[in-house]
Amino acid sequence: MNEYTLDQYNECVETDCDPYNIKGIREDFPILKTLVHGKPLVYLDNAATTHKPRQVINAVNAFYAEYNSNIHRGVHKLSQIATDKYEDARRTVKSFINAKHLEEIIFTSGTTDSINLVVSSYGRKFLKEGDNVIISTMEHHSNIVPWQMLREEKNIELRVIPIDENGDLIFDEFVKLIDENTKFVSVTHISNALGTVNPIKHIIEKAHESNIPVLIDGAQSVHHTKIDVQYLDCDFFVFSGHKIYGPTGIGILYGKKEFLEKMPPHKGGGDMILSVRFDRTIYNDLPYKFEAGTPNIAGAIGLAEAIKYIDDICIKVIARHENELLNYATNLINELDGVRIIGNARNKSSVISFVMDNAHPHDIGTMLDIDGVAIRTGHHCAEPVMRRYKIPATARASFGLYNTKEEIDVLINSIIKVNKMFS
Amino acid sequence: MNEIQELYQQVILDHNKNPRNFGELPQHSHYAEGHNPLCGDHIDVYLDIENDIIKDLRFVGAGCAISKASASIMTTLLKGKNVAEARELFHEFHKIVTTDIQQNIDELDLGKLAVFCGVREFPARVKCASLAWHTLIQALDNAQNSKN
Repeated sequence: MNEYTLDQYNECVETDCDPYNIKGIREDFPILKTLVHGKPLVYLDNAATTHKPRQVINAVNAFYAEYNSNIHRGVHKLSQIATDKYEDARRTVKSFINAKHLEEIIFTSGTTDSINLVVSSYGRKFLKEGDNVIISTMEHHSNIVPWQMLREEKNIELRVIPIDENGDLIFDEFVKLIDENTKFVSVTHISNALGTVNPIKHIIEKAHESNIPVLIDGAQSVHHTKIDVQYLDCDFFVFSGHKIYGPTGIGILYGKKEFLEKMPPHKGGGDMILSVRFDRTIYNDLPYKFEAGTPNIAGAIGLAEAIKYIDDICIKVIARHENELLNYATNLINELDGVRIIGNARNKSSVISFVMDNAHPHDIGTMLDIDGVAIRTGHHCAEPVMRRYKIPATARASFGLYNTKEEIDVLINSIIKVNKMFS
Repeated sequence: MNEIQELYQQVILDHNKNPRNFGELPQHSHYAEGHNPLCGDHIDVYLDIENDIIKDLRFVGAGCAISKASASIMTTLLKGKNVAEARELFHEFHKIVTTDIQQNIDELDLGKLAVFCGVREFPARVKCASLAWHTLIQALDNAQNSKN
């Protein structure tokens, strides 16, 4: 299978990128100097949220300290600057994912908000009783529950692509699920619980053979892999700012113009209207139609700064660095007795979910925390994945652009301590 | 003793590895299912109460060492007690795991429950420690409701 994944990027020779300056990168993140229980913070919970470089923090500060204003309405100077910066941020996002049109970029509060927007606008308008929507076993709850809510309302059917023992999506089963009543496919690019990189290009091609629109949840992928929405030809692509070194409360919905234009607004309010009269209101054009109310201006500006930060380092180089960390950690964990990695997909992002024979994930999490190591424990908002593997929870280490092999050594030593304590 | 050793005392590690009264109780008068949706921990508590006395109680569950040991120790403490005494112990336990860290607790008064003093240092784990106890109260309350 010729897949559009990390591998492709790891193979390429980055002549246009500087060598990886890990020391300089770590200097950019003030929080990495924090001590936890007296130990240096080893932050391995990047799939939950990432830390912010000072460039992002400064950009958000600058908005509030220097030109805080509402956008799209004032004639005064500060409002003009704020509006320009906000719209610049939209342009930055557009080129980051290579959208064709600027108005295809909608600011939302995050991935969850973006998916809910599509479900409540597109889903409510175009899906009807008897239609089915295809998702996968490895979806985050945010790509399950909104569709279930639509199912309650519209009596649609939800079909789920199974995964195999390694955590790979079973493509043939996906093909079998498609029938003439399939009206939408909504799948994640990278699983937050397993790290699986899905063959989204193939999924999109297959769905398009039957003219079925596809939404890709890019919350875990857009900072690990170069995304080109025109190449992928996805109809919707969604992601969050805070997972890509930007602020919380800001996210993106990319939608093809042809779809967004025929979708009704999902929220009413200011900024999404052209004219309001009691007998008739005219909605604004894209993208404002979907941005009711004062948006997260600082968030959008911070997100743009995060994207510039990623672009400056070069996403291909970041992917290679994270892949090295993944391989290094995977090999070391596989050598440990009583530790089992959940999720061994062919293509994996820098996420390692694991369980231990003698210790529950929560006990692992607490023990690691004492050593300054921050990981996530629990079901990772992906309960169906846990059920698939018949486990209540996993411990998950996920790596970001600032992590090092030395930090993984700390992780491994800490896991060994857990093993000793609970053996 | 450092904070991690205080949390995972030998008694807790032992009850985690060899939980007492673990398994279903087919002949039960009271039952409740406890769930911690945040972490996926799950427990079933069965009680056989006759003339207000807890003749037997057992539990089944999947959870961390803290929650399993807490359930196990709870069952050993409650066997033979009456319902009012069980509720009283619940309040004592609750106090132990939620009392402010700055405040001293007289561990001598606490008996077996003293091993849970370390939980106070880990606010994220209080729910793990209390799941079994809350489920116990739920089981007792359920029965009361059904009598009405």
